[in-house]
Amino acid sequence: MIRLATFAQQLILATEEGSHGAEEAAHGIEPGITDGLLVEWAWLIVVVPLVAAFLILFFGKKLPMKGWELSFGSIAFVGVYGSILFFLNATEGIVYEGTIEIAQIGSYLLEWGWMVDGLSIMMYFLVGVVGTLVFMYAKGYMHGDIRYTWFFVSFSLFAGGMLVLVSAPNLIQLIVGWELVGVASYLLIGHYWEDFANVDAANKAFMVNKVADAALFLGAIIMAVSVGSFSFEAVLDVVVQGERGALSQYAFWAGLLIFIGAMGKSAQFPLHVWLPDAMAGPTPVSALMHAATMVTAGVYLLGRLFPFYLDVDGLFGGDVRNIIIIIGGLTLFLTGFIAIVQDDIKKVLAYSTVSQLGYMIAAMGAGAYTAGLFHLFTHAFFKALLFLGAGSVIHAVHSNNMSDMGGLRKKMPITFWTFIIGTLALIGIFPFAGFFSKDEILASMKYAGGHGQGVANFILVLGILGAFVTAFYMTRAVALTFFGEYKGTAHPHESPKSMAYPLIGLGFFAATAGWVNIPGVYTGFTDWLATRVPLTGAPGGEGLDLHHAESFDWPVLIISTTMVLLAVFIGWRIYGKDAETQMARDRVRIPVLWPLLENKYYIDDLYMSGIVRPTMGPLARIVLWFDMNVVDGIVNGVGLGALGVAKGVQSIDANVIDGLYNATGAGTGTAGTILRKSFTGRVQQYAAFSFVGVLVIAVLFIIF
Amino acid sequence: MDWFENGWGLSLIVFLPVVGAAITLAIPKARESMIKWTALVFSLVTLALAVLLAVQFDYSNADTYQFGTAIDTPWIEAINAHFHIAVDGISLPMVVLSALITVLVIIYSWNHWPEPHNPKLLLAFVLILATGMTGTFVALDLVLFFLFFEVVLLPMYFMIGIWGDRGIREVPIVKWKMEMRLYASLKFFVFTLAGSAFMLLGFLALYFRSADVLGERSFSMIELSEIGAAGAFTGTFAFLVFLGLFLGFAVKVPMWPVHTWLPDAHTAAPTIGSVILAAILLKLGTYGFIRIALPILPAEAENWAWFIGLLAVIGIIYGSLACLAQTDVKRLIAYSSVGHMGFVMLGIATLTDVGINAAVIGMVAHGLITGLLFFIAGSMAHRYHTRDMGRLGGNMVLMPKMGLLLGFAAMASLGLPALAGFWGEFMALMASFNPLESLGQDGLFRGFMVVGAVGTVLTAGYMLYMLRNVNFGEPADEWVGKEFHDVDRSEWLAWAPLVIGTIAIGIFPKIIFGATNDAVIGLVERAFGG
Repeated sequence: MIRLATFAQQLILATEEGSHGAEEAAHGIEPGITDGLLVEWAWLIVVVPLVAAFLILFFGKKLPMKGWELSFGSIAFVGVYGSILFFLNATEGIVYEGTIEIAQIGSYLLEWGWMVDGLSIMMYFLVGVVGTLVFMYAKGYMHGDIRYTWFFVSFSLFAGGMLVLVSAPNLIQLIVGWELVGVASYLLIGHYWEDFANVDAANKAFMVNKVADAALFLGAIIMAVSVGSFSFEAVLDVVVQGERGALSQYAFWAGLLIFIGAMGKSAQFPLHVWLPDAMAGPTPVSALMHAATMVTAGVYLLGRLFPFYLDVDGLFGGDVRNIIIIIGGLTLFLTGFIAIVQDDIKKVLAYSTVSQLGYMIAAMGAGAYTAGLFHLFTHAFFKALLFLGAGSVIHAVHSNNMSDMGGLRKKMPITFWTFIIGTLALIGIFPFAGFFSKDEILASMKYAGGHGQGVANFILVLGILGAFVTAFYMTRAVALTFFGEYKGTAHPHESPKSMAYPLIGLGFFAATAGWVNIPGVYTGFTDWLATRVPLTGAPGGEGLDLHHAESFDWPVLIISTTMVLLAVFIGWRIYGKDAETQMARDRVRIPVLWPLLENKYYIDDLYMSGIVRPTMGPLARIVLWFDMNVVDGIVNGVGLGALGVAKGVQSIDANVIDGLYNATGAGTGTAGTILRKSFTGRVQQYAAFSFVGVLVIAVLFIIF
Repeated sequence: MDWFENGWGLSLIVFLPVVGAAITLAIPKARESMIKWTALVFSLVTLALAVLLAVQFDYSNADTYQFGTAIDTPWIEAINAHFHIAVDGISLPMVVLSALITVLVIIYSWNHWPEPHNPKLLLAFVLILATGMTGTFVALDLVLFFLFFEVVLLPMYFMIGIWGDRGIREVPIVKWKMEMRLYASLKFFVFTLAGSAFMLLGFLALYFRSADVLGERSFSMIELSEIGAAGAFTGTFAFLVFLGLFLGFAVKVPMWPVHTWLPDAHTAAPTIGSVILAAILLKLGTYGFIRIALPILPAEAENWAWFIGLLAVIGIIYGSLACLAQTDVKRLIAYSSVGHMGFVMLGIATLTDVGINAAVIGMVAHGLITGLLFFIAGSMAHRYHTRDMGRLGGNMVLMPKMGLLLGFAAMASLGLPALAGFWGEFMALMASFNPLESLGQDGLFRGFMVVGAVGTVLTAGYMLYMLRNVNFGEPADEWVGKEFHDVDRSEWLAWAPLVIGTIAIGIFPKIIFGATNDAVIGLVERAFGG
């Protein structure tokens, strides 16, 4: 604890006299809370949802609300606790780490623990608040579901797993949470497992993530072995002190492999393929897990290890940063396009999520800690809002396809207006949340620094183009869903209150969440996260550069806003007409480009025909054939041949066993005689084997 | 409690089951419930004593042998063999596991008797097995070890041969058609016996050579380890002895390519036979490596490490791929053992404290998880009368509780963190990154680490494939309208401890590491200089 406090103090000192000077005033918070009941009992945040999951599993069906009350109660608890911590962190600053030893293996200590610092408090707040709203919504949305109780078991398991992840003070616990949310995701994507399409989507999500997780395992191992400990504190300690130890020797591989793990969870190109398929799960799942929280775990991890990836003086993983920014840039640019050709409204939002995650990852690669996490923060609200809005529409029209929607703005006013707020936040219109966070990411690209600046400049261009694409597909989605005439067959009406209130709640955050970090006006968010980023006192005395701009970057802001408005204008011109025109225009297929987008750049096909099918089919069958015939044949052949009594043994064996079998079956003969009989047979055989064995060894002794 | 600590307690744990077997055999066959209760009581008392052992164990001295008989308790004086048994931190978890599995198997049997019935003989075999298994884990004299190691052979042989699967199988190459149970039991017997014949030769060679240093011939594992660590056994002699031990243990584990008895034996064996086989018998081999091969022949172990590691990772990949091509649920689980035991052997091959700790927890975890999987697979086969994944499906509709347990076991088996299987797998990979320094084979073992990581992906692949085909989708027409009994009481009783153990060890691995860590560190220090 003392060490953490020292870090924070150093941080304050360093930033006060730092050469970048971007946020001298901003970092003036000394952590006021480093102990006390509030933080010492913060482990309840993690444990309560997990206990709730177990209770619902065993007793859920007997409860009056079929287990929902426990599920909701536990997440609301997290929401309240998280909000208190969030508020206190903003006013006083909190740094605390609690641990429980669970084993010692060799010289390594294994621990469970709970971090209470700026970064994890932000995640507690997000999971708790967004989670509370989504769980409330799920009560109405899942009403009458065939596995209503089971749904809340899985959903609470997810909440618990996510909190295990974000509270982790070491790599082991992070991995535990990481895979727990993976399992919850598997269960919820495959919630309707009667249909194999959903099961396959769940399997795909699990397998793609497992590939990434294998890399994460190796990265964590390399990092832990080089440092001699799994704890983040120990790792960052080495980074901060700039020791040229084993870590710098393996830093590239540790950094790259851990990043590949993050690519899986955060659906980065080319491991993004599972996320759109994951939309097979119920919509609350898509909102909370596959948009707001779980998929941001990769960004969170980069944030947790930020000083390592920031790579002061090129000691650690410098090249990895370039890879990160490139992967992020490719993701944000490429996947946004696919959203344009989707008819399924959830798929539009899914590709949008992938694209927005690309922004966050690119920001982390550019070394923009605040910008990346700020976008994580705002995105959680507005994307959850958009998904819940989409769910509300789907609930009303009984279809996911926008070709069955249209003209819903009058029938579903609450859904419509909140969806508009979410859209404005996503495409980045002043003063909605996404405006501030996206602008900060774009601006931060200009300060990536070092040998990565050329790359970052390129990604900046992609980012601005990406903003254009985002605005275009969202305009299309809004127009096709809410404008024109209704094209479906059901009779849509506004959703019940339990679904409408969460929309309004999230709408509030989507509109205002960006105001916590307005350059030049109020930059509280930067301070909240900065209470513990222990990168100070690095060689050369350079302080931490969070790349937080002290004022708006006007050229970037003007260009990107212009692009967004242009996209909305074009989109509206194309899709903002009556239903017939909408359909006709949506059916226009631009050659080459449209097939490429509709087939998702053929990446899924590549994986299926390049890896999955060859492994499942030929390769596995060859191995099995080889095993049954070659290996078994050789071993049997050698064994039987060496004995030279194969047939004899067979007959002895068949006789003995059959004799015994018959005796048993017929119920004759005492066990004593049976055993005696069989032992006699065995002893001879035994002797024969021993004899052969001795013979072989004797031969070997002679040869050597 | 002096009597408990000076060897009597441990002796009771080892020999009570065989006494129980004798009594069971003496009870007339018609009095079935008396037979069952006798067997259960004996196994329960044994378990209670094993638990008492674990409670009384001095964990701060886990590296020293405890509860043992005196090292010089004479047994067969002509060959200087002693009745020396004791436990340390490495054998303690295995003893408790063996006692537990025995009880669970008897509980499960309560109303799940394979044909041709005869509980008397079957339970007697289970109890004899229990003595053999615990005996192997506590023996500190090579003759004693060999005796116990072989004692398990016959009951298992008969179990497969008498109560096994009566389907017809064509033997590859020679094209004989045989009943599955006959083929599998014969194969199991021949393989294991052939392996242990070489092992016995190795023991004898050590016995004769030990006189050069000790002055008299000795079978004592402790004395042999001491002189072995001091470099008593070298050159071609040591190589051949290690070869003998390797063959004996590797067949039992089983390591690729001598694993082929395993899929047949597991598939043919009755449910409780598969469970005992997977949960305990396979561990006799890995335990032999840790307790005998490594400490007595440390220099040879270093020479062989790369080879053992190589076979281990081949087993991991090969076993997983073979699983992906399976249509038989039980056979899939059987092949999965080849992969999982590959991780255990990889841990051992690194010759490090982390690796051997990983191996021991991997052994316990595999015992719990694969034991559970075989229980469930057996119960499902009992209800569906088929194990063919092409015909199964929609199990979650027909038997939701069974399906949920199968899902849990599958997730545990694929190494899900916070469940027991994770620690062995993860720590074995971790040990491979930094194998024993004096090996000088960091690069090679790091290659193994990467291959092992690929293995974890394949493991997830076949487990999900199994769940998809068995649990999910709509049930096929042939099952619609039929009554299926979901998990019954004896099943719950037999399985709940496995589920709880899997979760408990996953969340709090100190349950195992707390016992093993000091013992393993001591072992590695003595053998390989730390």
